[in-house]
This record gives sequence, structure tokens and C-alpha cells, in this order.
Amino acid sequence: MVETQSVALALIGKHNDSLLADWIGLQQQVETRGVDPARRTQMVEYSRQFLHELRRSAEAGQSDDITGPDWAPMRELLDSVSQARATQGYSAGATATFVFSLKEPLFELLRRELGRNPDQLAEQTWNATRLLDRLGLYTVEAYQTTREAIIGRQQQELLELSTPVVELWEGILALPLIGTLDSARTQIVMESLLQRIVTSGAEIAIIDITGVPTVDTLVAQHLIKTVSAARLMGADCILSGIRPQIAQTIVHLGLELNVVSKATMADALGLALRRTGKAIVDRSRPAEQGS
Amino acid sequence: MGEIPILRIADCLLVSIQVDMHDQLALALQDDLTRRIVEDRARGVLIDISALDLVDSFIGRMLNNIAAMSRVLDAVTVVVGMRPEVAITLVELGLALTGVRTALNVDKGLALIRGAIDANQRPDARRKI
Repeated sequence: MVETQSVALALIGKHNDSLLADWIGLQQQVETRGVDPARRTQMVEYSRQFLHELRRSAEAGQSDDITGPDWAPMRELLDSVSQARATQGYSAGATATFVFSLKEPLFELLRRELGRNPDQLAEQTWNATRLLDRLGLYTVEAYQTTREAIIGRQQQELLELSTPVVELWEGILALPLIGTLDSARTQIVMESLLQRIVTSGAEIAIIDITGVPTVDTLVAQHLIKTVSAARLMGADCILSGIRPQIAQTIVHLGLELNVVSKATMADALGLALRRTGKAIVDRSRPAEQGS
Repeated sequence: MGEIPILRIADCLLVSIQVDMHDQLALALQDDLTRRIVEDRARGVLIDISALDLVDSFIGRMLNNIAAMSRVLDAVTVVVGMRPEVAITLVELGLALTGVRTALNVDKGLALIRGAIDANQRPDARRKI
């Protein structure tokens, strides 16, 4: 086993440079994105390191079990390749191609050198395939892990970003909602709104749903909860930013929101100012002030 | 257990609930409060629950009952000082206390009662029955 594997390794060592050149050429062919010099340099560097680590690890390791300690540097290399590609926006397939594309030049090399001995050729090819498949799958898994970490972080950021409570006027808060309302977001929205009601002593909260793409029964339920909770704290809510389609949906679904609603935030602010006994006047026409 | 004190401010009554409520205490409070509304000719009742960090369905029902009783005696009930976490819990329990008026603090609650009394005393006001 060790002896047969060393045949391929010796061949890789002997023809390292030509193999590397073939492999890089092939990777550039499948590269559909524009060839960026920085990325090209990085790819060449990764490819060189990969061949180096492949030889070193396989020579040191007794078996082709890539989870063993002998393969640790190789795993680190593949981790960094996957991370770099995931953050650069490569797909999972394109990332795995990095490893799988080595097969073609490697098999070509084996066929050229061992063509006279079919048994040995078949065995070497099989061994190489098995090893490269494992390394490729490991790369995909590492890519997936990185992507999941990115998605998790983005979700967290979205939750924190998308729930601002704005003080429009003394005693008037605005809550512009962006995106779909699910239970977790409703909870955060409700908490931040109620907290602001306490600190600012606001009596009116305008909930603007311009940025909410759809209103179904669940979203309506969450809106009703938020309105009820604000009411228990002594603040009235005005719903604004209702698009025509959403008005139709609300009626078709038979939803009863039990809250004053306005088409635009401007109308809602006007109503809120009237309720708090304030008015906005046009100072260029002072004569009409009294009327 | 002692009883819950009822303070008078002008023509309003202020009740501050600061201890855990139980059946006996709730009944005693309802008795006291209705008696005081009649005796003092109170027009408004303020119930301060800012000291409560837990309001369950029992207290919710009691608040609703007090509001309904006061309404019969022509007094406006306002619940003031509910904490955010209490409000969220009540909403999650499905208790929106629709029969009760609410305000953020005692000041705003008094202003709300003044407004309601003024609206009722206008000559053109029609009383809803």
C-alpha cells in the first residue's frame, strides 16, 4: 500500500512543475469570473502549497485518512482556501473545483508514466481518486461552515439594525419596520418600543409598515400584539405606510387591526400633532394663522 | 395582610398596589374602592401598578372588574405605570385589558381623567350607555 502510493508521489515530485502549470491552466479555464491579477497570484500560491502539502502529508502519513494528525497542515490550507473563496463570493462548486480539477492533469501524468502497466495504473488512479475526493469533500464542508458563520452574523446584524425607534417630535415616536415580521423580531421591536415609551414619556407611536413586503395573518397578529402592549403602557398607536395592495390583502383576509391607520407617515404625523395639541403653521402667511 | 391604602387627590382616588394580590385582598379592595367612590363622590380612579413586576390573569381580571364597577358609578378608571415586561407578558397571555384606560405615569393618568371629565361635562356631550 505504502509502496504503491509512493509511486504516484514520486511521479508528482518528479514532474511537480509541469503538473502545477497544467493544473493552474485548467483552473483558469473553468474560472468564469474575470481574471483578477491578485486572485490569480493567490490561486497559484494555493495550488503550489497544495501540491507541496499533498506530497509531505502523504509521505508522512501511514494511511490516506485525512482526519489524522499528519494531514493537519493540509486541512489548515484547505480551510483557508475555503474561507477566502467563501468571502470572495465563490459558489460551493467553484470552491470544490479547486481540488477536483487536479484529477485531470494528475491522471494524464499517471497514464503517460504507467501506461505500460495497466494494473499499476488502475490501482494508482483509484488511490489518487479516493484521496482527492476526500480532500474535495473536506473543502466543501469547510466552505459550508464559513458560509453558515457569515449567514449567522448577517442575521444577527439584521436584527440589530432593523429595529430603530425614532423620536419624531416631543411625545411622538416613530417605528419604521423594514422586512418581514417574525416572532423573534416582533419581540425585539416590542421591547425597544416600550423601553423608549418609558424613557421619552411618549403618548403616540407611529408604526410605519412601508418596508414590510407582505401582511398576512401572522404579521397582523404581531402588529396587534405590539399595538396592545403600547396601549397598556398608555401610548396610542397609529399605523402608517399601508400600500394599496396591503389594504386589499387586509380586507380580503378579514383582519381587524383595531387601530387608526393612515396611508402615509406624513398624514400620521399630522394626526399625532393634532392629538397632542400642536400645529404646524406656514410662517410666510401669518394672516391665516388665526383661521 | 394589611389592606391597600386609597388616597384622595382632588376628586380622584389613587390606589397603589405594592403587594402580591390574592382573592381576599382583591375582594377587600373592590369593597373599599366602590364605597369610597360613592362617599367621596370621586370622578376618577388611578390604579398604580408600577411596583408590580408580575401581573397574571387574576390581577388582569381584577383590574377589568374595578374598571367596570367604577364605570357604573360614573368614575373613570386609569391603570398607570405598567412596566414594559409586564405589558409584553399580558399581550402574550392574550389579556389586552380592553376595558381599561392606561397611562404611562400618575401625571399623565390625572390629565387623562381631567380630559374625560371635561368631555363628559360639556353640554352637548351624549353619555354612552
